[in-house]
Amino acid sequence: MNEFIKLLKKAPPTAIFGMVVITIYVIVAIFAPFVAPFSETEIVGDQFELWGDPYILGTDNLGRDMLSRLIFGARNTVGIALITTAFAFLVGCFFGLLAATLGGWVDQLLGRIVDVMMAIPTLVFALLLLTIFGTSVTTLVLVIGILYSTSVFRLARAVSMNVVVLDFVEVAKLRGEGLLYIIRHEILPNILPPLVAEFGLRFCFVFLFISALSFLGLGLQPPTADWGSMVRENATLITFGDITPLVPAAAIALLTVAVNFVVDWFLHLTSGLKD
Amino acid sequence: MHAILTMIIQRLGLGLITLIAVSFIMSVAIEFLPGDLAQEVLGQSATPETVAAFRAELGLDRAFHTRYFEWLGNVLTGDLGTSLANQREISELLGTRLYNTLFLASIAAAISVPIAITLGVLAALYRNSLYDRLVNIFTLSTISTPEFFVAYILILWFSVTVRIFPSISDIGPDLGFWEHVYRSMLPALTLTLVVIAHMMRMTRAAIINLLASPYIEMATLKGVPRRDVIIRHALPNALAPIINVVVLNLAYLIVGVVVVEVVFVYPGLGQLLVDSVSKRDMPVVQACCLVFAITYILLNLTADILSILSNPRLLHPR
Amino acid sequence: MADNTNTQRGTKGDVLLEMKGLKIAAMVEEEEIEIVHGVDVTLKRGEVLGLIGESGAGKSTIGLAAMAYTRGGCWISGGSINFDGIDMLNASAEQLRDLRGKRIAYVAQSAAANFNPAHKLIDQFTEAPVLHGYSNRSAAEADAKELFGRLRLPNADTIGFRYPHQVSGGQLQRAMTAMAMSCRPDLIVFDEPTTALDVTTQIEVLAAIRDVVEQFNTAAIYVTHDLAVVAQMADRIMVLRHGNLVEEGNTREMLAAPKEEYTSQLLAVRTFKKEHQLEVTETTPLLRVNNVSASYGTTPVLFGVNFDVHKGQTVAVVGESGSGKSTTARVITGLLPPSEGTIEFKGQALPPDYRNRSKDELRQVQMIYQMADTALNPRQRIREVIGRPLTFYLGMTGKQREDRTRELLTMIEMNPDEYIDRYPTELSGGQKQRICIARALAAEPELIICDEVTSALDQLVAEEILKLLDRLQSELNLAYMFITHDLATVRAIADEVVVMLRGEVNDSGPKDEMFTPPHTDYTDLLLSSVPEMDPDWLDNLLEERKRLAEEEGRVLKAADN
Repeated sequence: MNEFIKLLKKAPPTAIFGMVVITIYVIVAIFAPFVAPFSETEIVGDQFELWGDPYILGTDNLGRDMLSRLIFGARNTVGIALITTAFAFLVGCFFGLLAATLGGWVDQLLGRIVDVMMAIPTLVFALLLLTIFGTSVTTLVLVIGILYSTSVFRLARAVSMNVVVLDFVEVAKLRGEGLLYIIRHEILPNILPPLVAEFGLRFCFVFLFISALSFLGLGLQPPTADWGSMVRENATLITFGDITPLVPAAAIALLTVAVNFVVDWFLHLTSGLKD
Repeated sequence: MHAILTMIIQRLGLGLITLIAVSFIMSVAIEFLPGDLAQEVLGQSATPETVAAFRAELGLDRAFHTRYFEWLGNVLTGDLGTSLANQREISELLGTRLYNTLFLASIAAAISVPIAITLGVLAALYRNSLYDRLVNIFTLSTISTPEFFVAYILILWFSVTVRIFPSISDIGPDLGFWEHVYRSMLPALTLTLVVIAHMMRMTRAAIINLLASPYIEMATLKGVPRRDVIIRHALPNALAPIINVVVLNLAYLIVGVVVVEVVFVYPGLGQLLVDSVSKRDMPVVQACCLVFAITYILLNLTADILSILSNPRLLHPR
Repeated sequence: MADNTNTQRGTKGDVLLEMKGLKIAAMVEEEEIEIVHGVDVTLKRGEVLGLIGESGAGKSTIGLAAMAYTRGGCWISGGSINFDGIDMLNASAEQLRDLRGKRIAYVAQSAAANFNPAHKLIDQFTEAPVLHGYSNRSAAEADAKELFGRLRLPNADTIGFRYPHQVSGGQLQRAMTAMAMSCRPDLIVFDEPTTALDVTTQIEVLAAIRDVVEQFNTAAIYVTHDLAVVAQMADRIMVLRHGNLVEEGNTREMLAAPKEEYTSQLLAVRTFKKEHQLEVTETTPLLRVNNVSASYGTTPVLFGVNFDVHKGQTVAVVGESGSGKSTTARVITGLLPPSEGTIEFKGQALPPDYRNRSKDELRQVQMIYQMADTALNPRQRIREVIGRPLTFYLGMTGKQREDRTRELLTMIEMNPDEYIDRYPTELSGGQKQRICIARALAAEPELIICDEVTSALDQLVAEEILKLLDRLQSELNLAYMFITHDLATVRAIADEVVVMLRGEVNDSGPKDEMFTPPHTDYTDLLLSSVPEMDPDWLDNLLEERKRLAEEEGRVLKAADN
């Protein structure tokens, strides 16, 4: 714990900024119903009311309170991005570790499948799949999760490969240890730092990706408050010089910047400690 | 030369296999279409007869492999089928759209590639300087920003606050070249900003990696001036990584246009794709995806081959 | 061309380089640490100075400081450097650039990494002379060919037109020496130039470097960890330790009568010899490698390898890189099933693949690796590292396991209370190797395969490890299969010697017999190539080889020369 505080003290301002922002987002997302002045979906005023009292950020194209939707959006957009990333990691790490430890034809086969999947641009692939399966939250999580698991697979495989070739894994093999022991005790503890960093980065990509889909009208469906679709729904305001639709977009950008800053610092730390 | 030739042929073969796999996936996709799709496309008034006719149109009443090879054969002869939504020939629909998209991507590439590489190399050379840190913060921020955010900010500045560029890209068939460029300026700038950050970071990383090589130290210890160290010793070896960075980002550009096209109502392939997805117009989605995938695969193939060609170990085998 | 530079060069005996109170600092984990603590170095024209020490002594850092250059993260924090009247620390970047490559040149350890892969050798050779205005392109090219010839590179006229990856390591190292010579500098810094080479290749490179330095009356700083090598090369030696000077003196005098304790330790390093020589009595060997052939994929790497290891005996398997000695170990452990032949343990054939071997079969043969760093999981405490085989093979748990772990730590001379809870990263290189030994012992094996176990260690530490292994052998009646390229180790610890060459056993026999020629050409070449402390050793060896070639027609030469 002391070590951790010492580390925090040495953190660069960008990382501290990032951590503060992430903490605020998390608190807002968890306590959304208590923080938000109005409900997520209820129409409370006229369309496009200006900023002021009682609608601090005005109202949207249907007359719902912008600030409340922004707050609930934190919950929906960030929450789904987190679940999707976690799913992508589960799938990617599992197969990545399998490919690295088993090698041989398993590795070859998985590698080829991922190659083909990555040969199709993610957005295009996602659009194709969403056309077929529709845009419910579950399909969204599954489709995006699987598409992003390919890059997790590559990373997990690559970092475990680096560990698998080390002599201490050979020692365990020659001792007669089983596959599970080797993965759990010899490999996993050694690939955790890069995977944690990758989780942060992947989260950003998934988050941006879901926002983009929602913006295109193909992600989270109304009336759920979601930052991407909020931008789209209110985009016309821009042409009148009103920046309201930029607020949810900025909220997206701020969170990803924050996560990226923290990951950047974390990467710097772990790479520095290795030497 | 023999080894290189085999490698290139190998890569081409792999690319071809990937293409076939992709086309296969596209066809299988149709297989999974849920039953109520016809209803959704045709509306509530659909009678059983029209639904059956719709299924026949998609070929769902015939065996899968027959359909696949028929479709593949048609694609190879340029026949991409007809749109479900408006019964138009897809190849006709695609032609101008593809041209528009490539036009937009080319402008963005022409602006971003030189700037990104120059700035990236400079950041690597003056590593840890104030400039480098600013670049790092800037690129991290840009990467973290959704494309539509950048797009709307540009609209706010350049077509609302100061009215220089149109916020909607009204591209018709009879536009002159420069008029086309002018009307595509905002989407191109958006793409440029998004791509530059990626490219700069990757270029910087590639060069820094290279500068740590012992032969760079050796050149310095031979008294070679810094400029020559970079030009004569680093650059020939940096070619492969930089080519990779550029091509990867070009591929990203082509796909990244989707969101940008929607924001600016730019009549490109991305816009068509998104429209068709919301209408669930499967043949069009299929065709668009195929075109995107082919472009993507071709670009990656080019990167692979170029980096093989710039590797002295392969160029001059033992 | 050599002549006109000799005139501009001062007379032999003038001071060329003087570093006074040299201090160098480094940034380690965001803290400033001094790594060289005020060392004085004086070098006269035409003199060869050897800088010797173990890792962390600061010898390379000091060598590079002679060019006023430091590696990333380091800087010169104090003292002065005077090169032929030029104050290097206050010289402009332009002045330094002009000196480097022209009047002071550098030869690095790994020629393969230090040549730019994108350019032909000749282009890299001519770069400095053309750049510094020392000569023009065509003259430099002609000079390159001449120097290549002087350094006894084969095909001196054409070899320059190859790319670095097309030339072997020993040849590249000589080409780099030629490149350093291209402007006929006053001083060359050699940074472990032969460390990465095979021992038979090393001889030729050493001889070539020495001759050319002598011919052009070039001063040199020769950095190495190997006292026997520096004894052949240097006029004067500085012994360094932890960034401090230990002792300085004329080579012959120092070797004959070292003043400091540390120097005598370094000198004594190759004198350890195990006392007991084992008489083999039983007829069934512990391990029999029976006519084993193996291949990686379709590439055959071993061809009918035969040898035995008896109980309590040490068999040294020697050979250069690529000779197949480590592959043999992989076949024995079952990592690489042989394509032909069998591995027999106590007369019983072992299953070829380790996955088919029983726990007990696996337990009896243990392995210790070259890099203790990678042989220990950095995320496991010592308790777990040693305790796991105890639980796995012998079913020990709880207090029994804890007690045995502590006992094993005591056996390898490490204090259990201090070390049992540590992570490998908190140990020194020698300590890590000890832990690996303890882990192998925990399985209570009868045979331990030692794969280059001392090669990555400093010489003094390596010697301690050898002594430990020797003691354990007599206490526990262990058999060792000792894979090594270092013949000094063989001399110290082997009972039997197996010489391998290109995947075959070239020769084998009891140690004393093997070190007495004549044997096969290769065995004699290999065994005679081990540098000795005697400063005349290289001369005598070259003379002897010349005589052999002339009188008996036996040419003892490394393959790539």
